Amino acid sequence: MDVEQTALPGIGLRHEFTTRSGRRIGVVSHRTGRRDLVIYDPTDPDRACETVKLNDEEADALAELLGAPRIVQRLNALHREVEGLVSLQLPIPPGTPYAGRAMGDARVRTRTGASIVAVVRGGQVFASPGPDFTLDGGDVVVVVGSPESTSAVSDIFAHG
Amino acid sequence: MHTAILFLELGAVLLGLGVLGALALRVGISPIPLYLIAGLAFGTGGIIPLATSEEFISVGAELGVILLLLTLGLEYNADELVTSLKGNARAGVVDLLLNAAPGAIAALLLGWGPVAAVAMAGVTYATSSGITAKVLSDLGWIGNRETPVVLSLLVFEDLTMAIYLPVLTALLAGLSFVGGAITVGIALATVSVVLLVALRYGRFIEAFVSSPNSEVLLLKVVGLALLVAGVAQQLQVSAAVGAFLVGIALSGQLAEDAQALLSPLRDLFAAVFFVFFGLQTDPTKILPVAGLAALLALVSMVTKLLTGVYAARRAGIARAGRARAGIALIPRGEFNIVIAGLAVAAGVHPDLGPLAAAYVLILAAFGPLAARLVQPLITAIAKRA
Repeated sequence: MDVEQTALPGIGLRHEFTTRSGRRIGVVSHRTGRRDLVIYDPTDPDRACETVKLNDEEADALAELLGAPRIVQRLNALHREVEGLVSLQLPIPPGTPYAGRAMGDARVRTRTGASIVAVVRGGQVFASPGPDFTLDGGDVVVVVGSPESTSAVSDIFAHG
Repeated sequence: MHTAILFLELGAVLLGLGVLGALALRVGISPIPLYLIAGLAFGTGGIIPLATSEEFISVGAELGVILLLLTLGLEYNADELVTSLKGNARAGVVDLLLNAAPGAIAALLLGWGPVAAVAMAGVTYATSSGITAKVLSDLGWIGNRETPVVLSLLVFEDLTMAIYLPVLTALLAGLSFVGGAITVGIALATVSVVLLVALRYGRFIEAFVSSPNSEVLLLKVVGLALLVAGVAQQLQVSAAVGAFLVGIALSGQLAEDAQALLSPLRDLFAAVFFVFFGLQTDPTKILPVAGLAALLALVSMVTKLLTGVYAARRAGIARAGRARAGIALIPRGEFNIVIAGLAVAAGVHPDLGPLAAAYVLILAAFGPLAARLVQPLITAIAKRA
């Protein structure tokens, strides 16, 4: 997929691409921070038939909705690309000693060297959770590290 | 007593402009033609001559030009200018040749002489970037794929102005060929130096100007612009170009802040500028040149349309988009009046002012309307094809 980037002098930048189904969509990034989500007319491919103005907050919300599940997919792709690096989706067993506790308590990085890059809960992805993020049984933790360190993380969540 | 009359006159004029602006907003046209008409109604040959405030208005008009050009320069940064110059030079040259020609040829046919021809070339050449930008955003054309073509043509035109204005100033001052060549050389050197400084050392200027306090920032930016404009005028490079270059040298967050601070000031003095041009123009002289202005407007509408179609086709835009690019380029406005104002001040030809006023009146009013009217038509045609 090719994302085309065009400078709009005096306004900002525009990114656009054509979807596999043949629709062209784009985003105009104004220098003021405003974003326009632009959908092009199928009969007149140069005309924006729909322009949705988004402020900072709305643009962030949209990006999160569209982008979040992709983080996990991208990590899987990363793990294929970088040799020796493994990304695992570890389901946390319901009887984990860390249920309802801050993630920092598990001291995963200090003890194993692996990093928790995201937590998936009920289909929602929390990217880069902080140490005070509260874990629950049934969460899926996305861990990146060497094969040994990631399996050590699995042990920690199972047995403490 | 004098002060009282001055305030009465100024207040009445500005209030009147405000009412006209509201009217323009409601109808959906640019307020510039209405400001010009207001100026025509007062002053030389008008209904009510403004005796007392004319001096203030004339200084205000000069400030208006400086602020117009300064904010225009703030819109662009040096990178954008250089990229646009590289990528769109050919379309830019076509734009220059096609659209300078009608004015120049008209002036020569009328027997106004070569200096007037150069001035009239500028009057028909420059698209109003202010009005066009407004049309693009009002009609939701900013996301359109032909819009970068239009914008880069505008950038090219503005950069051309940085060279054209000093040439015109030199010609109007009646400098000898050698004197003129020196001035143009100075102008070119100044433009190159400023672009180079802005590209390489822009952060030093920004470090000097920037301030978290909006009051300090406003004073520093306006002060710097006026100072450079004064030096430029002294070198006969044209004050407007000096202010434009200051605008270009500032970029990023600083430029955005400065633009937000300056825009109310610019709106005030730019309105005064359009009124002043109207003041200087005798409305009774407009009627005899009205037919000529309409013809010139028609011809240069067609040439701008062709320019847009050509430039958009080069960028691989489909037919409907090409037509939109052409239409977006039609409006003329502030630059054309700035150029005509310089020529009028130098007394090139008595009919030049009225002709330019009528010409800009037509295209500043009709350009945005044309875009609005044609939009559904183009869409319908594109759907059918």
